[in-house]
Amino acid sequence: MTSKTDSARTTGADRSHDGDPNHGSNPLASEVRLHVDPLLDDPATRIIVCCGAGGVGKTTTAAALGVRAAERGRKTVVLTIDPARRLAQSMGLTELDNTPRPVPGIDAKPGGELHAMMLDMKRTFDEIVEAHADPERARAILNNPFYQSLSAGFAGTQEYMAMEKLGQLSSLGVSPGPEGRGEEWDLIIVDTPPSRSALDFLDAPKRLGSFLDGRFIRMLMAPAKASGRAGMKFVNLGMAGLSMFTGVLNKLLGTGLLSDVQTFVAAMDTMFGGFRTRADATYRLLQAPGTAFLVVAAPERDALREAAYFVERLAEDRMPLAGLVLNRVHGSGAAELSTERALAAAENLEEGGIVDREPGKGMKHGAPSPGPGSADVTDRHHDSGRHGDNDSEDDFAEPAEPADPSGLPDSTQRPESAREPARQTEQLAAALLRLHAERMRLLTRERRTRDRFAALHPEVPVAEVGALAGDVHDLAGLRAIGERLSDGPARPGS
Amino acid sequence: MTGKGGTGKTTVAAALALALASGGKRTLLVEVEGRQGIAQLFETEALPYEERKIAVAHNGGEVHALAIDPERALLDYLQMFYKLGSAGRALKKLGAIDFATTIAPGLRDVLLTGKACEAVRRRDKNEQRVYDAVVMDAPPTGRIARFLGVNEEVAGLAKVGPVHNQAQAVMRVLKSPETAVHLVTLLEEMPVQETIDGVAELRAAGLPVGAALVNMVRPQLLDEDLLDVAESDGPGRRGGTAELGGELAHALARAGLPHADRLVAPLLTQAREHAERVGLEREQRAELAELGLPVYELGLLGEGIELAGLYQLAADLRDQLPPPREAA
Repeated sequence: MTSKTDSARTTGADRSHDGDPNHGSNPLASEVRLHVDPLLDDPATRIIVCCGAGGVGKTTTAAALGVRAAERGRKTVVLTIDPARRLAQSMGLTELDNTPRPVPGIDAKPGGELHAMMLDMKRTFDEIVEAHADPERARAILNNPFYQSLSAGFAGTQEYMAMEKLGQLSSLGVSPGPEGRGEEWDLIIVDTPPSRSALDFLDAPKRLGSFLDGRFIRMLMAPAKASGRAGMKFVNLGMAGLSMFTGVLNKLLGTGLLSDVQTFVAAMDTMFGGFRTRADATYRLLQAPGTAFLVVAAPERDALREAAYFVERLAEDRMPLAGLVLNRVHGSGAAELSTERALAAAENLEEGGIVDREPGKGMKHGAPSPGPGSADVTDRHHDSGRHGDNDSEDDFAEPAEPADPSGLPDSTQRPESAREPARQTEQLAAALLRLHAERMRLLTRERRTRDRFAALHPEVPVAEVGALAGDVHDLAGLRAIGERLSDGPARPGS
Repeated sequence: MTGKGGTGKTTVAAALALALASGGKRTLLVEVEGRQGIAQLFETEALPYEERKIAVAHNGGEVHALAIDPERALLDYLQMFYKLGSAGRALKKLGAIDFATTIAPGLRDVLLTGKACEAVRRRDKNEQRVYDAVVMDAPPTGRIARFLGVNEEVAGLAKVGPVHNQAQAVMRVLKSPETAVHLVTLLEEMPVQETIDGVAELRAAGLPVGAALVNMVRPQLLDEDLLDVAESDGPGRRGGTAELGGELAHALARAGLPHADRLVAPLLTQAREHAERVGLEREQRAELAELGLPVYELGLLGEGIELAGLYQLAADLRDQLPPPREAA
């Protein structure tokens, strides 16, 4: 685990709920609140990396943090990898041009700015080539068919390029691309690529390193000097010799490809070294105190399992974790009304309606008390474990008294003509209660998955973001997400 | 089987493999991203690089599973074409295998698709297909056209030789009517948009698009009338939320709930949110319908996917699938 002190320092995380870890009825739920605003405001925070499984709202979170940071006075750039079209449009990103562009509509009064860019892998790669090779060699590389495939987005390239671009954007002293030069950012917010394996981008420098150190590369570079050291090693390994090796490769790949690769490697050789140095530097930058990783998840089992993996992996790489952003958390303004009670009351109303249809038989005052047993049976069917569903149920633990506790006049006293709308109201009320029961089941489930995470990683601060009905695709929506991020637990009814 | 991240692609792929295996068939479920998602789903230990029976389907079919490891697949290839044996291990020591599978463009994807196609075409000694269907849990929608199209690209790069021939053979299978690329989505804006984009890309690449599979469909809990009520926050005919609120409070109180007046507002809010969601889902359904693909729906399983839930999804799918044809 990345030291707790680290995360506590960068985020100002503290024990919420008045320092009582056993608050309420849910002792395991996120005891440490992640405070986003102090993190965004701290001038020492230079880079925020949002990582997480696909489909949990990573890009939206990154964009919302960007808007909030900018409107709190920081000169911010958001580097997104693959934003949804309308989200991109909301940030003024209509084309992929690999250069940070100012986002219009940001409240600049506090002195901040927001810029955003989408990563264009090929452009980033091209820029590196152009910056590090003399024109002739650059042209040779750019025209190489092997390079063209590699740079256009085969496995792994996206990760390298994300690291490269991050290195450029930070004031690492590495030479940026032609347009990026001279920009100084207070805060860089990075949205990580949707990798096949979760944290591929962390492996990028290492993989690149082992690739470049690999004897294979040397082999490829040296097919002409068959008597070289590489060739000797080959012999030592029990092969007939280098010529056989290249022969095999040629047969396998086709002669053209191998020579393309050889040309490519030869041309890239000089700049690969620099590339690797920069990737290493970026890796170290990520480990530095100015960086904060946010693991983004949704309160679903698989997403949180991924999140736990991310947390462990970041610790392994000694990357400073600031906390977990839990998106799409549901709440209820009537959370004190449990699933069981809501269903029992709904049944009650529906039974009342049936009775009512028999002429002359008015609805019994405080109709049949819901047998708690019967309600339980219904409910258990859907929701076997109801752990954590008990907050302030005291209020409702007993079957309600027959007397109308609201003290409102009883509508059953109304004349018969008023019964029809009254029954409709009862049906509506019953439907609302069933809907509520469903919501409470969802809440229970979400809480359970969160508890599971919290039990594994109790030290990780958590910020919860209430679920929205639709997707976010404008600045107002991003602002709203930012508010929710800094407010903490889902608001009632949100 | 492709789909945006988070849509449950692996689960749906597994459910399809189960559904297609029912009635005494044999299917192969293939994983290519090294995540061991299949093993997790079927609650078994990590899958090795070999085909093994992983589940029994309804009415006595079998699902086999294979997690393709590109490195091993490459060594297999070398073995197959050149009987390299220990030389293969030497190549591995040299980093050549690493190079080939992580850096060399496309080779990795060629191997993954190639291995799957080999399973599709494999026949037993009676010339019968070994598998009635092969279901691949493929990369996400954003990369699928490129992933499946990689062989074309590689066939262009490696202009002659076994790799070239292999790439072309794979492409023939992938573009044949034996293949169908299914897309998993949710009834949410981004996944639906990505599905639409993915279908366009696949069609442009000449790859056969199968069906749209809508996963995690939530039940509609209010009927149309009540949705209207919820949306307008009160039935028009009586006008005014206050009056409705009062009546609801009465009804709730009569049902035996204390503090009924305090429940009305939050319950109505939840109903409005539900109505909003149903409305959004309706829009997304309409968008999907425009693709002109068969659409299958799979219900949301409350407690996350357990094995029993997987069989339930398979049953749902089986009920919706057209009668069996010569599947690939």
